[in-house]
Amino acid sequence: MAKRIDVSGLTAYYGSHKAIEDISMTVEPRSVTAFIGPSGCGKSTFLRTLNRMHEVTSGGRVEGKVLLDDEDLYGAGIDPVSVRREVGMVFQRPNPFPTMSIFDNVAAGLRLNGNYKKSELSDIVERSLKGANLWNEVKDRLNKPGSGLSGGQQQRLCIARAIAVEPNVLLMDEPCSALDPISTLAIEDLIGELKERFTIVIVTHNMQQAARVSDRTAFFNLAAVGQPGKLVEIDDTERIFSNPSVQATEDYISGRFG
Amino acid sequence: MSTATITPKGPGTLRGARLPKWSPYAIAAGSIALAVGIGLAGGLHSRVQWGLIAAILYVVGTYAIATAVEGKRQAKDRIATSLVWVAFLLAVIPLASLVWSTVARGLKVLDVYFLTHSMGVVADTEPGGGIYHAILGTLEQVGLATVIAAPIGVLTAIYLVEYGRGRLSQAITFFVDVMTGIPSIVAGLFILSLMLMFDMQPFGFAGSLALAILMMPVVVRSTEEMLKLVPNELREASLALGVPKWRTILKVVLPTSIGGITTGIMLSIARITGETAPVLLLVWGNAFINANPFEGAQASLPLYIYQQYANSAGSGAAYDRAWAASLTLIAFVMLLNLVARGIARWKAPKTGR
Repeated sequence: MAKRIDVSGLTAYYGSHKAIEDISMTVEPRSVTAFIGPSGCGKSTFLRTLNRMHEVTSGGRVEGKVLLDDEDLYGAGIDPVSVRREVGMVFQRPNPFPTMSIFDNVAAGLRLNGNYKKSELSDIVERSLKGANLWNEVKDRLNKPGSGLSGGQQQRLCIARAIAVEPNVLLMDEPCSALDPISTLAIEDLIGELKERFTIVIVTHNMQQAARVSDRTAFFNLAAVGQPGKLVEIDDTERIFSNPSVQATEDYISGRFG
Repeated sequence: MSTATITPKGPGTLRGARLPKWSPYAIAAGSIALAVGIGLAGGLHSRVQWGLIAAILYVVGTYAIATAVEGKRQAKDRIATSLVWVAFLLAVIPLASLVWSTVARGLKVLDVYFLTHSMGVVADTEPGGGIYHAILGTLEQVGLATVIAAPIGVLTAIYLVEYGRGRLSQAITFFVDVMTGIPSIVAGLFILSLMLMFDMQPFGFAGSLALAILMMPVVVRSTEEMLKLVPNELREASLALGVPKWRTILKVVLPTSIGGITTGIMLSIARITGETAPVLLLVWGNAFINANPFEGAQASLPLYIYQQYANSAGSGAAYDRAWAASLTLIAFVMLLNLVARGIARWKAPKTGR
C-alpha cells in the first residue's frame, strides 16, 4: 500500500509570491517523516503540494516534480482528484463535517466518491475507527453528530476519515497543535501504528514530537521574511537531533535561533 | 423622579454609587409625566410631539441623574442604553400600530366565505364577495416566479463563490447589484415591452417573469453570503478525501448552508408577494377565478387591495375587503417567514453530544 515520494526541484507560488524554492527530497514508504522549521518557512505549503491541495488556494501554482512511485503528480493528464485519493490529509484544526454523524463522517470519503458496496460500508467504518483508536469511545453513538466530540476525538475522527479511503500516503499538518497533551499522546501512538501501513509525513512545531514519532526529519528555513522557504537538510531523526550537519539546524533545535 | 441610594465612596474601594435597578423605569415614568404636563400646558395637540418630548426628556434625564449619582463613565453607558431603547420603541410603535389597525379593520369581513369566493358576481360597491381568485393568482404567480428565480439565483451564487474568478464574476456581481436596484415598475415595463412586441394579452406568467427579475438578485446576494460563511476547512477536508469539486459543493457546502439559503429564498418570496406595480401592468386583475396562469388576466392579492381601495367610491364594503385582503397578505408573508425560520433551525448543523 505505502508508496515512496520523490520530490525534485519543487517551487511553489502564491500568485507572484514564491513561497518555497527548489526543494528536493525522498520520503521512504512505511516511515514517518517530520517537517520542522519556523513559522512561514513553507512546511505546510510544501506538504500541500504533495497531494495537489496547494492549487486549491487561489493563485497557487507549482513547478517541479513530485514522483509517487515513479508517477509524476504534476504530469500531463494527472487528475488531482485521483491524486488526493492516493494521498490523504489531516489538517491542523479538526474539521469534521458538521452536517454529518460520526458514521457518515468516516464514510464520507467513500460515499462522496461513490465507489463502495453498501454491505462493506459499516465494516470499513468500524475498521477505520479502530485504526484511529476511536472505536471504543464512539461505538455507542455513531449516529450522533461528529462536532459533539472533544477536540482530540474530533482529530482522531478526521484521521479515521482520511484512512477510510485507504490512501497510500497520509499527510498531517500540525495535527496536534490544537490538542492537549493526552490527546497528543493518543495521536502520536496512533502515528506509530499507522506507519506500518502508510507513508506518513507530519508537519510539527513541537521538536519533541518530531523526535518521538519520526524516522527522518527535514528542517526548513527562510533567509528573511518575504524570501522563499528552503529545505536546509533532511536526515535520520537521530542524527538531526544529535549531530546535524548544518549549523542553522542545530541553532533551531537547541533554541538559539534568530 | 427617582431617589438614589448613595453609598459613601471611600478611597481605595471598588464599589461606587449605583442607581437602583428600578431607576430606568422611574425616569421613564417621570419623563412621560413631565412630557404630558408640558404638552397640556403648552397646548400641543399632537400626541407624536408628546412622545418625542418624553423620549428627549428620558435620554437627557438619564444622563443628568446618572452623572450626578454614578459619575461620567456610567452616565455614558446609561445614555447608550437609553438611546437603544428609545430607537427600539420608535421602530416598534409604527409596526405595532400597523399590525393593530390591519387586524382591527381586516377582521370585519375575513371569514371562510371571504377566503373561498371570488368577486365574480359582486359589484365593487356592494358587500359580499371574496379573495379566492386573488389568493390563487398570487400563489401561482409567486410560485412560478420562485421556480424560475430560485434555481438561477442559487446556481449564480454557487458560481460566484466557488468558481468565479476574474472579469466574468466581477461583471456578474456588478449586474446583480444593478438588478437589486431595479424599481419593480421598470421590471414590469420591460416584460410589458416584450409582451407588446409579440402582441400578447395580459396573463399571469408575464407577471411571474417580472417578479422573477426582482427576486433573482435577492436570492443571489443572500445565497452568496451563506456560502461564504461555510468554512474553507470543510471544502479542503472534502477535497483532500479525493472528492471532486462539484460533489464537494453538492454534498458538503450546500448541506452546511441549506438552512440559510432557504431562509434567503423565503424572504425574497415574501418580498415579491407584496409587489403591485408589475402585476398591475402585466396581469391586469380579474374579478373571476382564472386558474390558468398562462392565459387570460388574473388577480393577485396586492393588486386586489389596490383595486378595491381605488374602486371603493366611498363604499365601506370595498374598503373593508381591502383591509381583509391586506390582513391575509400579511398573514401569508408571516407564515413564510415562520416556515423559513423553522427550516433554518431544522437544517442547522447539529452540535449535540
